[in-house]
Amino acid sequence: MEKCYLTIGLEVHCQLLTKAKMFCRCGTDYIGKEPNSLVCPVCMGLPGSLPVMNRKAMELAIRTAMTLHCEILPRVIFHRKNYFYPDLPKGYQISQFDFPIGINGTLEFMGQGEKKKVRIKRVHVEEDAGKLVHEGLNIPSECSGVDFNRCGIPLVEIVTEPDLHSPEDARDYLTMLRSIVRYIGVSDGNMEEGSLRCDANISLSLTEKTMGVKVEVKNMNSFRSVYHALEFELSRQQKCLAEGKKLFPETRHWDETRGVTVSSRGKEEAQDYRYFPDPDLLPHTIEQVILNDIQSNLPELPLEKKERFMFDYELTETEANVLVQDCSLANFFESCIKELNKPKFIANWVITEVLKNLNDLRQDIQHSKITPAALMDLLKMVDRKEISGTIAKSVLEDMFQSGAKAKDVIAKKGISFMSNEKELEKIVHQIIEQNPQSIADYLSGKEKALHFLIGQVMKVTRGQASPEIVKNILNKELSAERSLCGPREPF
Amino acid sequence: MNIADLRHYSIEEYKKAYRSKEFTPTAVTRVFFDRIRELEGDIHAFLAIDEEGAMKRARELEEKKISDTDFPPLYGIPIAVKDNICVKGLQATCGSRILRNFVAPYDATVVEKLKKAGVIILGKTNMDEFAMGSSTENSGYGPTRNPLDRERVPGGSSGGSAACVAALEAPLSLGSDTGGSVRQPAAFCGIVGLRPTYGRVSRYGLVSFASSLDQIGPLTRTVDDCITLFEVISGQDERDSTCAPYPPFSRNDIPKDEEIPKIRIGIPNEYFTPGVDPAISGRIREVIDLLVNKGFPVINVSLPHTDFGLESYYIVALAEASSNLARYDGVLYGFRKEGSFTLQEMYTRTRTEGFGKEVLRRIVLGTYSLSSGYYDEYYLKGMKVRTLVRKDFEASFQNCDLLLTPVTPCLPFRFGERSRDPYQMYLADVFTIPSAMAGIPGISLNCGYQDHLPIGLQILSAPFAEGKLLGFARYLEKLLSIPLPFPEKMPRKESL
Ligand SMILES: [Zn+2]
Repeated sequence: MEKCYLTIGLEVHCQLLTKAKMFCRCGTDYIGKEPNSLVCPVCMGLPGSLPVMNRKAMELAIRTAMTLHCEILPRVIFHRKNYFYPDLPKGYQISQFDFPIGINGTLEFMGQGEKKKVRIKRVHVEEDAGKLVHEGLNIPSECSGVDFNRCGIPLVEIVTEPDLHSPEDARDYLTMLRSIVRYIGVSDGNMEEGSLRCDANISLSLTEKTMGVKVEVKNMNSFRSVYHALEFELSRQQKCLAEGKKLFPETRHWDETRGVTVSSRGKEEAQDYRYFPDPDLLPHTIEQVILNDIQSNLPELPLEKKERFMFDYELTETEANVLVQDCSLANFFESCIKELNKPKFIANWVITEVLKNLNDLRQDIQHSKITPAALMDLLKMVDRKEISGTIAKSVLEDMFQSGAKAKDVIAKKGISFMSNEKELEKIVHQIIEQNPQSIADYLSGKEKALHFLIGQVMKVTRGQASPEIVKNILNKELSAERSLCGPREPF
Repeated sequence: MNIADLRHYSIEEYKKAYRSKEFTPTAVTRVFFDRIRELEGDIHAFLAIDEEGAMKRARELEEKKISDTDFPPLYGIPIAVKDNICVKGLQATCGSRILRNFVAPYDATVVEKLKKAGVIILGKTNMDEFAMGSSTENSGYGPTRNPLDRERVPGGSSGGSAACVAALEAPLSLGSDTGGSVRQPAAFCGIVGLRPTYGRVSRYGLVSFASSLDQIGPLTRTVDDCITLFEVISGQDERDSTCAPYPPFSRNDIPKDEEIPKIRIGIPNEYFTPGVDPAISGRIREVIDLLVNKGFPVINVSLPHTDFGLESYYIVALAEASSNLARYDGVLYGFRKEGSFTLQEMYTRTRTEGFGKEVLRRIVLGTYSLSSGYYDEYYLKGMKVRTLVRKDFEASFQNCDLLLTPVTPCLPFRFGERSRDPYQMYLADVFTIPSAMAGIPGISLNCGYQDHLPIGLQILSAPFAEGKLLGFARYLEKLLSIPLPFPEKMPRKESL
């Protein structure tokens, strides 16, 4: 088959992290709530109700647009997008049309080890719709209901130019975008829970210069499904073209269980949304002071942070990547190194032990019981060689579960520091007696043998001895041994 | 006490009588319900009457201990509310079959304010369906008759609100004015109707027809009552972002008596065309002459885009209406055509059966002007003309303070006379529409009778200049001393 040119554009909707909905005062914490318990006349579109813009939502949208290097259009004009659907109680959605809050931005992301750039066409604000709930197993179901809890939650829509060229690119772009919206605190970006949603426009062409037929893919509910749906579409369209079949513009739905995209209504009956400025919401200009304030409070982004970590803390790219993927983890790490300036050592602990514990507990760092100070109390003991790494790991596990301080866990576990040299000396003597060969090796200059001996002591003490002290005692004993052997002539 | 005793009572006089214990809110409320029982069969001003709720409320008000100095501004005053304004627990059908079972679950901001001010709500008044009409003939529940001539329309769309006040079934009422729906029925029924500046009164809880034009306004028997009611309902509302950040109206905004004769009166040429009934233009000329004699500075002005007002209004208003009425889809509330349909069929049948003919016509027109390919040619052009109309008024208010015009080009017409030709019906609002498009306030004042039919005089002012407007209207009302309507049951025309 000849070479094909793939073009992908993504439209991402993120729910904004506001306390109230976009145009009313209902709460936004709808997950797990009784259907239609977070509603009022406004978000239910009852006769006579009127929308009032949530300024906080606009600020979050502006923060998003600024982070994506967009040009900001501070004159906020909302349009009505008119169409009928049961989850849309007013018969129109309040959205932005020819004056989106941001235009012409860019986003950089790492795609298969390469730094890539996507142009952002527009960033705009709109309200979410309700959710249809179907009863029974039949399709069409005997009874459908609408839950309006989600209706009116503020969304920011981020539309790319068709700058992505592989399913991997799409997935990596999305990963970066999610990381960014979390970094700047505008959305929790949770695809499984629907707070981040993605539709894709995909087109395949036989020549590089022309665009193929645009097919829209919807209903992808995870990063994995975005990747698989696009991969499926790519091969389906390739096959079509190879067989000389004609592709036509359509909307296709990703069927997760069957792993295929299915054509829904063809796009030929194009919807006319009859956009017009919402007369219930007067045009509103965001003051320059507010824009300046948002601009000056933009946080450092993942890529910038990664580069800084590599440069300032001499971390490897892999280490830095792991630390910056979650902003609060990166902050946690940076708080730790303020207590002890050994970034490599701390990074290693955070990446392996801290993340392992978080994974086991299915927590993120913000919701865990460990504070940077608590971790550092422990790591300072490790650093001072007061306890071994093995012991520290088990202490840390306990700290994650109980939230107790390192000292208390150690006391509770009955771990003595084994700094009692007399006791250690006894054990060292025992080890020396049990390992004459190693002693001989050491005495004949094999330094490695010393490590073996330390290891043996640690084993006997079940890791409770301070390796540094063990080493000192061993050195002392062995040098005594050497002076004893020295003058002795072989028989 | 009977209703005839109350025919000249103002809000202040009711309150005085309550204070002196001359009579009580329950007694007054009972008299109004007796009056409603007497006349409703003829007039049909109400779509819902809440006698039980009103009597209960009257008793509650009486039981409350209120000091003489701390009397709420509308304590114990009965009022009727147009059926497109939400009153919690009462129906809000907007005169439409599509909302025939709809009970408002919340109070409109104005209703909250009224309740706080101590009113007693008698019921909900008849109207053209979704306020679309000028005669109340478009009500889904039968027309209202003009109390002054039962063979004629009361005007519309607030026909019920105007008729009940003219018939003294209620001393005051609330209506809504999109293109003249308060002023025109007030004129047809011989009472006072105010359209406030757009944004002066909260629209929260007023069911939208055309959002950028709708305003709630008082209908009263006297200008003074209008002032009191307007004081209560006006003011900014955080639930309506189109509501202006402007303090509520206060009677202190009204110029002092000695300032009134300095008010400069403008007479716009475009409102005195041959199309106006000579009885109307003649009477208004008489009033102007009277003012000239009283020493008022009167000048002629021109509002050159008046003729385009009507056309651009129908484009802008109907575009907004087509979207505002999309929510009546049978899903969440109101009428739904039951049957085994697809979703699309359910929508189509519900809306086709639920809406009346005029509403359907307007939805189709409005949808058309917003459609892709027509938007620039219609909606956008309509908005541009609207700006020109507004600028006409702005320019004229450089040279004068108030404009005097007829409210309507015609006297109250007979049932069916105009309903066959929508354009003829639309023309009934030709003098109230331009000021609505400009967002400026206007008042309709009874300035005399042609036989038994009242003639309405319209006074317009610059935005937020209701003080001057109402001060002058009160002065003129006193000067003209036109008798208040007090129709008998089924009067013969000659008796009026
Ligand atoms: Zn709500």
